Amino acid sequence: MGNVLENLNPDSFTKDTVFINSLENLINLTRANSVWPLTFGLACCAIEMMATGASKYDIDRFGSGPFRATPRQADLMIVAGTVTHKMAPRVKRLYDMMPEPKYVLAMGGCVIRGGPYVKYGYHVVKGVDLIVPVDVYVPGCPPRPEALLEGIFKIQKLMMREKIGDRARKSTKPEVYQPA
Amino acid sequence: MRDIRTEEMLLNMGPQHPSTHGVFRVVIRTDGEMVLETESHIGYLHRCFEKVAENVSYVQVVPYTDRMDYVCSMINNLGWAEAVEKLLGIEAPERAQYIRVMVAELNRIASHLLAFGTYGMDIGAVTPFLYAFRDREKILKIFEKLCGQRLNYTYVRVGGVSFDITDEILKDIEDFCNYFEPDIIDEYNRLLSYNGIFISRTANVGVIPRQMAIGYGLTGPNLRGSGVRRDLRKDEPYCIYDRFQFEIPAGSGEQGQTGDCWDRYMVRIREMTQSIMIVRQALKGIPSGLHLDKKLQLKVKPPKGEAYHKVEGARGELGFHIVSDGSEKPYRVKTRGPSFCNISVLDELTRTGKCMVADMVAIIGSLDIVMGEVDR
Repeated sequence: MGNVLENLNPDSFTKDTVFINSLENLINLTRANSVWPLTFGLACCAIEMMATGASKYDIDRFGSGPFRATPRQADLMIVAGTVTHKMAPRVKRLYDMMPEPKYVLAMGGCVIRGGPYVKYGYHVVKGVDLIVPVDVYVPGCPPRPEALLEGIFKIQKLMMREKIGDRARKSTKPEVYQPA
Repeated sequence: MRDIRTEEMLLNMGPQHPSTHGVFRVVIRTDGEMVLETESHIGYLHRCFEKVAENVSYVQVVPYTDRMDYVCSMINNLGWAEAVEKLLGIEAPERAQYIRVMVAELNRIASHLLAFGTYGMDIGAVTPFLYAFRDREKILKIFEKLCGQRLNYTYVRVGGVSFDITDEILKDIEDFCNYFEPDIIDEYNRLLSYNGIFISRTANVGVIPRQMAIGYGLTGPNLRGSGVRRDLRKDEPYCIYDRFQFEIPAGSGEQGQTGDCWDRYMVRIREMTQSIMIVRQALKGIPSGLHLDKKLQLKVKPPKGEAYHKVEGARGELGFHIVSDGSEKPYRVKTRGPSFCNISVLDELTRTGKCMVADMVAIIGSLDIVMGEVDR
């Protein structure tokens, strides 16, 4: 909660209309403190994602956590694990199914740039950002739960910066993924 | 009244589904609530282990074996290391052998805990998941002290283990054993195993008879759940497993028929007790000495030939067949992954005409597959 409140800048109240600005902040505040990630485990990183949600690391402490099984109820996609050419069209499709505003967190080396398979693997998508726009990268193989939590804090900060007017400009066009 | 006309429906389960344990897709042909037929699709997590292994040296393959069955990486490392050692015709130092057994058994417990937790969650009980992870974290903490990683350890190397075990870690392992057995296992049994709803969801569901289990090449807890007492640790001892006393639990149809989902689940719970027994014995007998043959870490050049070595993973028989042409890289590697064979029985199980859509989740969960190993 604390890290999210930092972004409420009192100076901005004088610049814009008070009403719009504070409504925006209110919406962002509620949004950033109830991040619903998509249950989207692909490989090893998914186990660490589960650990982040479970007893010791307890993602619920930070206003995130109800892992939703359907993309229609989620606003954060944690891509956890190797994205293969066979899986890539599904990743894209799941992303398109999520409602705006949506965020993507790339977890682990495989998702960021192919990881240990980048040199000899014929199967790996060399970066999930070739398919979907990524907001936060969390490196590691697999990243520790603390690292994933830090990534979610970053997402929360991004959510606090969301402008209502920007949404229309940001909308993505669905494209069909073509494997290399 | 006119007859109600029904028609069949095709249902896609996966690749993104919370209870398929990864990226596994099943196309289900249903008639109302009954499952008529299923068709499995795999390959969404194909990571070309065998092809990568041809391009890197014997030592460099170890991290890739981690990522096959990422829930019990230690045993994968062990399988590879022992296969290469067989090819080289050497044996790891005595101390390393004891450490290997200990970490393999601890990892087996961690893997079964994950299976226990997620199976409860699949059936609809969320609490066991949190309990299982509470205890799994304790094991991961020991591993972290040992090698600095929580999941993909790369700890068991060709010719030993990468770091020596300290007295502090030995004490931690002993504390964990005392904490875990028998209190925690009793807690699990009270929490889930003998829960009425859990039993009605799993007993008499997805029955694998003895003959079918053998016919499909099932191994590990899935085979033992059908009443076949086969365990490579006992039948064809590798490493130093012949020095330890332990039993092989097998399903006997306590709550329903032999080989149902409950039996397979219960075999895992009972195996955890046995693993603790092995760890305790290993703690007593651990000798001092070398933990690693340092020369082998730079260059491994086995003679021309081939070797097959199999170990008992948390999911069954894990085998590596290596063909060497005398160079620093393997000429060809073939892996026999237990999950791949275990998953093949799924289509047969659902063709009985008695399987319902809700049973699909119970069956897939009880087979305890890891997609990283199915697709490799």
